Amino acid sequence: MESKKETMIGARILWECLEREGVKTVFGYPGGAILPAYDALRHSSIRHILVRHEQGATHMADGYARATGEVGVAVATSGPGATNMVTGIATAMMDSSPIVCITGQVGSKLLGSDAFQETDITGVTLPITKHNYLVTHASEIAPAIREAMYIAKSGRPGPVLVDITKDAQQGSCEFDWEAAAPKTRGYRPDHSPAEKAYEKALELIRAAKRPVILAGHGISIAGAEQEIQAFAERTCIPVAMTLLGLGHLPASHVLNMGMMGMHGEAWVNKAIQEADLLIALGMRFDDRVTGNLKNYAPNAKKIHVEIDPAEINKNVKVDVALVGDLRKILKEMLPRLEPLSHNEWLEQIRGLKGDTAVRDIQNLPDNGHLYAAHVINDIWHETLDKDAIVVTDVGQHQMWEAQYYKHEKPRSLITSGGLGTMGFALPASVGAKVARPDADVWAVVGDGGFQMTMAELATIVQENLKVNIAIINNGYLGMVRQWQEFFYERNYEATPLLNPNFAMLAQAYGIRNFVVQKRSEVIPAVKAAHAHEGPVLIDFKVEQEDTVYPMVAAGAALHDMIRRPNPLVETAEDE
Amino acid sequence: MLHTFVVYVENKPGVLSRVVSLFRRRAFNIDSLTVGRTENPDVSRMTIVSDADEDQARRIVANIYKLVNVLLVDDVTGQGALQRDLTLVKVGAGQETRGQVFQLAEVFRAHVLDIAADSITLEMTGEETKVDRFLELLAPYGLMEMVRTGVVAMRRGAKSPNVTSKAARVGSTDDDTVSYSV
Repeated sequence: MESKKETMIGARILWECLEREGVKTVFGYPGGAILPAYDALRHSSIRHILVRHEQGATHMADGYARATGEVGVAVATSGPGATNMVTGIATAMMDSSPIVCITGQVGSKLLGSDAFQETDITGVTLPITKHNYLVTHASEIAPAIREAMYIAKSGRPGPVLVDITKDAQQGSCEFDWEAAAPKTRGYRPDHSPAEKAYEKALELIRAAKRPVILAGHGISIAGAEQEIQAFAERTCIPVAMTLLGLGHLPASHVLNMGMMGMHGEAWVNKAIQEADLLIALGMRFDDRVTGNLKNYAPNAKKIHVEIDPAEINKNVKVDVALVGDLRKILKEMLPRLEPLSHNEWLEQIRGLKGDTAVRDIQNLPDNGHLYAAHVINDIWHETLDKDAIVVTDVGQHQMWEAQYYKHEKPRSLITSGGLGTMGFALPASVGAKVARPDADVWAVVGDGGFQMTMAELATIVQENLKVNIAIINNGYLGMVRQWQEFFYERNYEATPLLNPNFAMLAQAYGIRNFVVQKRSEVIPAVKAAHAHEGPVLIDFKVEQEDTVYPMVAAGAALHDMIRRPNPLVETAEDE
Repeated sequence: MLHTFVVYVENKPGVLSRVVSLFRRRAFNIDSLTVGRTENPDVSRMTIVSDADEDQARRIVANIYKLVNVLLVDDVTGQGALQRDLTLVKVGAGQETRGQVFQLAEVFRAHVLDIAADSITLEMTGEETKVDRFLELLAPYGLMEMVRTGVVAMRRGAKSPNVTSKAARVGSTDDDTVSYSV
């Protein structure tokens, strides 16, 4: 019988471990210090996707992770290769996305000598990774990779970086898979709440007259989509979603009120402010969803179900915290709850809804002008019968997407929430498409953010990925312009953009392209994109100074929203 | 209020910088921090003193636990734990005042480490408040140089946390970081 302890070089051990961990694809960019690993790639079945910038590799790994829940893997060389990953790592950290970044490092004897392309990347990424490793010997590669995969995915997921010196990749050692199993002695991802915490939570739920569920990203991370629906239905409690929560309860569900927060639905924010109980499920009371904390939900008791103990009482002081896996906790609570009804409260919320619909712009006639809301609405409509994933960038288009695209399915929206990383969408859409090749992937991106990472168009073409790119082109850094409009006396400093001809740019890459300037052209363009086999770019030239309404100004109370002045006036001005 | 945390960590490179980076990043205050070896060669022990209210202290513990290399965090504040720091102090003392400084040193059980023509260097180990008082009394003679190590702390009695036993660790997390019923 063949000995299970084969001697291998570190570079081969790296790929062997990733394969055994179930990794099928990595996103990377070669360079001097990672070359031994690239050389050993020929022995591996892992698919390598060559990016055009290492930031792209991290966002792709992130998009891959968010589309599936599996760990996404990015590879780069030392020095600039590694530092280019920083933005993507911070993005994954803020949104609890499981990625593993593997970087080459100069030879261990050169460490600390300011050698060519040496950067202390474990030092640089220390505050923005869940954990990181500096590996200086071949024998440490297998344990580091196995631990990295385990840590990235377990508990509250996050990015882990493994920095491997060149000599560790080149050196040989016995490869022992079993012995390399994670030995994280102090790491404890599995918490479970005390019985008295359950009792107190159930008591508060039973006593509440005006309860609201706040649902976040934790739902999909825990795989608790069914449980949260059952919980809401059993208790008859309306649900407000965070941006990253969208889709985890179908938008069409009768208890789903929609998005809360800075650009959430006004009635949702009002309901939160009037609630007597908030049940936070897998969300972290980010400042974008609470508004001013001083007068946030002043009359509400608060229950916080959260896997990370450090989130408890961080922003909002809660009455009961249930620390642990959301799915397990909901499963524990469900049978202990008798069906409740809150008809009066639901009626009251419906009343709030009446005149405050955010969807006002959809009531506008088709008068020749193109609004981003039209575009999003029509893309939504045309993808209703598809397994669609919309990947958005950051800014106005992101908020319009969140408002007008009705997400019915989990993991159908991928967006940078916590860090708000412009340039995220295009590479993340690549990761999503690679992860779910049968999905209809749309990168919805502003003209500003698109230009931050548009080099990845080449990756899309080289890998022949069917990604649909919708540029919401208003010729401005729109969200910044909006803040200048509201808070800086319309001084549009550094926000107007002189853009390239995006259609010609797509042409240069051999990507099918369309330019859309009228509402009547939106659906035909989307249909044409669907009909085309390869990638498609559509340049939607939208109203330049459109504004995302409603809005909670920074520092304002959640219910104190800036509203669209009068949609009818806007209609009259058109033509 | 000053909180004293005893933190047991894996004895690996970079762990100190992880802990310090955490305090900096979360804007937690550090009054003093000491780190050293323990009876177990795989385990290092930090004593961190931080000015924090109860709620912050709990968040500090929860955040330290998020560091993968941390084995156990013990908030010994208000537990009557033994706390000591070591001070070296050089005071001005010529022929006329030398005797008075010696007397003070004797009362406070400080050791004389070095005597020069116009200075005396003393070593003092004790609870922080006692050291503070000693330094106050020495001040009129002129504190030429002073250094304190920061506090190290240890619980009294036979009961010591067993950082290598999983059961002990889990038990302590249940109390300290998991069940928040406020």
